[in-house]
Amino acid sequence: MATISTPQSTVEATAARPAPSWLAKISVGKVAAQLALLLLVVIWTVPTAGLLISSVRDKSQLTISGWWTALTMSQGSGASTLPTSAEQVAEGGVYVLRGSVFPEGDNRTIIRFGTSINNPSAADAGETLDMNVGGSITLESDGSFEWVSQTPFEHDRARLFYIAGIPPTFTMENYYEVLTSSGIGRSFINSFTVTIPATVIPILIAAFAAYALAWMSFPFRGLLVALVVGLLVVPLQMSLIPLLRMYNGIANVTGGSSKTYLGIWLAHTGFGLPLAIYLLRNYMAGLPKEIMESARMDGASHFQIFTTMVLPLSFPALASFAIFQFLWVWNDLLVATVFLENRESQIVLTARLRELLGSRGDNWEILTAGAFVSIIVPLIVFFSLQRYFVRGLLAGSVKGG
Amino acid sequence: MWMQIAGALATVVIGVAACILYFWGANWFLDKMLSPRGAGDGVATAHQDRLRTRIRPWVFLFPALFFLTIYLIYPVIETFRLTFFDRNGVNFLGFSNYIWAFNDAGFRNSIFNNLMWLVIVPTMSTAFGLIVAVLADRIWWGNIAKSLIFMPMAISFVGASVIWKFVYDFRGPAAEQIGILNAIVQALGGTPQAWLTIPIWNSILLMVILIWIQTGFAMVILSAALRGIPEETLEAARIDGASDIRIFFDIMIPQIFPTILVVWTTITIVVLKVFDIVLAMTNGQWGTQVLANLMFDWMFRGGGDFGRGSTIAICIMIAVIPIMIWNIRQANREEGTR
Repeated sequence: MATISTPQSTVEATAARPAPSWLAKISVGKVAAQLALLLLVVIWTVPTAGLLISSVRDKSQLTISGWWTALTMSQGSGASTLPTSAEQVAEGGVYVLRGSVFPEGDNRTIIRFGTSINNPSAADAGETLDMNVGGSITLESDGSFEWVSQTPFEHDRARLFYIAGIPPTFTMENYYEVLTSSGIGRSFINSFTVTIPATVIPILIAAFAAYALAWMSFPFRGLLVALVVGLLVVPLQMSLIPLLRMYNGIANVTGGSSKTYLGIWLAHTGFGLPLAIYLLRNYMAGLPKEIMESARMDGASHFQIFTTMVLPLSFPALASFAIFQFLWVWNDLLVATVFLENRESQIVLTARLRELLGSRGDNWEILTAGAFVSIIVPLIVFFSLQRYFVRGLLAGSVKGG
Repeated sequence: MWMQIAGALATVVIGVAACILYFWGANWFLDKMLSPRGAGDGVATAHQDRLRTRIRPWVFLFPALFFLTIYLIYPVIETFRLTFFDRNGVNFLGFSNYIWAFNDAGFRNSIFNNLMWLVIVPTMSTAFGLIVAVLADRIWWGNIAKSLIFMPMAISFVGASVIWKFVYDFRGPAAEQIGILNAIVQALGGTPQAWLTIPIWNSILLMVILIWIQTGFAMVILSAALRGIPEETLEAARIDGASDIRIFFDIMIPQIFPTILVVWTTITIVVLKVFDIVLAMTNGQWGTQVLANLMFDWMFRGGGDFGRGSTIAICIMIAVIPIMIWNIRQANREEGTR
């Protein structure tokens, strides 16, 4: 039905084909094409990159500067109290105070410094300034200073002001926070709880039905195929209210809860079946007829043919559907909001994220890290199994997602 | 918590076991009960054979049909029935839910927004997808580019909403902007805006998110279709001296037009159901409401009004029906040629 019915064509397969030679000759056009594509790729990746970079930034920096500044050295001013005269040492006729304006392990670097709060950038690092309490001070870029005076120091309080370069700092603290205190960790488990059965259960049910629709002859077969194709595009919205009423009714009769994991597993199974049957049937119908017929000749039953031949041969299609369903269920918000309760033991990642967007819309350190936790699983699935995903898309592009 | 995971895994095992048990058992039962083992006369055996052949497909189909009926077919009929009833689905109201809908400002605003989404998102996604497919085909790093543009397909609508809400972030006119959109606006000499509160602009910015997600889909399908164009056709055009642009418009587009249509309609269906993005970004405030979110709203608002919710769902369904019919006809035609 999708005009492309060869399940073998994938993104990878196409890579092998060399660019048409007629294009290679037009170099100006080629450069322009490269630039245009580069621009599109940048536009497409920058938003995600922003999220990723922000999620590992320090949360105090996150709210005051754009994430694109995170990779460059930023500047900050600071002040440091110098040691009092009590610590001075006499060396070869002069009095000296030494130390560092930074605490141990600080990775900032001094850019400029000054002796007054009004002018913290009076001199470059490494230069020497006169102190108004006496003597002259040299501040190196690593923060160490040497304060020398001909006469003994007598001050009890002195301060130094500076502009320091702050190297980009990255931290996993935001992740630690979202996984422990804002409930993302628990939701991660809940999402898995919903997704795994909701992915596995439809496959077997659909595979049997797909086989019957592809290789058995019986009345109304054409009608059933048309029904499946029609159900592919039925909006989920049509199912919500009747199912909610039905679940509430069942809960009233049994005295249980209407919002259970079992309920959402079965709902996702029902919603995923049209695509599963459609994809698998198309694939199975494309299997070579001769194999089936010779197996029939040898006296194999439909059940045997299905379990020993068709099921193993259909692995690529099964994998395609499994990936689809996994991504779909993992990323779903609507079904989870309607069929699960908004409490700790049931709230899934998408619902939690939506809740955080509402309640902590300005806590970007939580939102960015939380969002990344929620998208990391689909991204891993996606990049490791892209081939099957693309194959499924090509075979089933009628479905509306 | 660990109990919960164990429960989920147990469900997988039990579910799969139940399926196997059903299929294997039903099959065994069929063979056993109607087996020719009685060594009766040939007529009876042939009769039993025929009966088994007739029953077996339904054994294979039963679980699937059961789920499809409970979760899709029955709800469609029931939703339609509920549109004529009140908030609890008890008292018959006739057409008053429909009359309410067409007089409700929120509903009309949603219809208008949905139309805008329907015009802009499928068109832009398909166009961008086509451009990337064509450009990436000629370039050695084209596959990397495709993967990156395809990536948003794997991200949930809510995840995408967080990503883009950060892009659109607004920090007051004087503060340093941390949203890249406002930072760019500021760098170009403009004034930063709270984009999501400005009508029309906000809807368009929400559409950008869906275009960002769907372009990868369009690209993959169209890229495969482009590769299906016979090399000789392109070669012939080149020999005739056709330019790149002409080859693109006069050969490539007509050749893959059926696929463009498939992509366009598929994205149309996604757009009709768009819900998560609006809910997460604005929840329909500032004039961004769409039908799917409005329906969700009515399902739960003040205890929920199932009559009105159903009426809105039916409106989405009506919009899908032409595409559904077209798909079924395409499928039937293909069935005929098989």
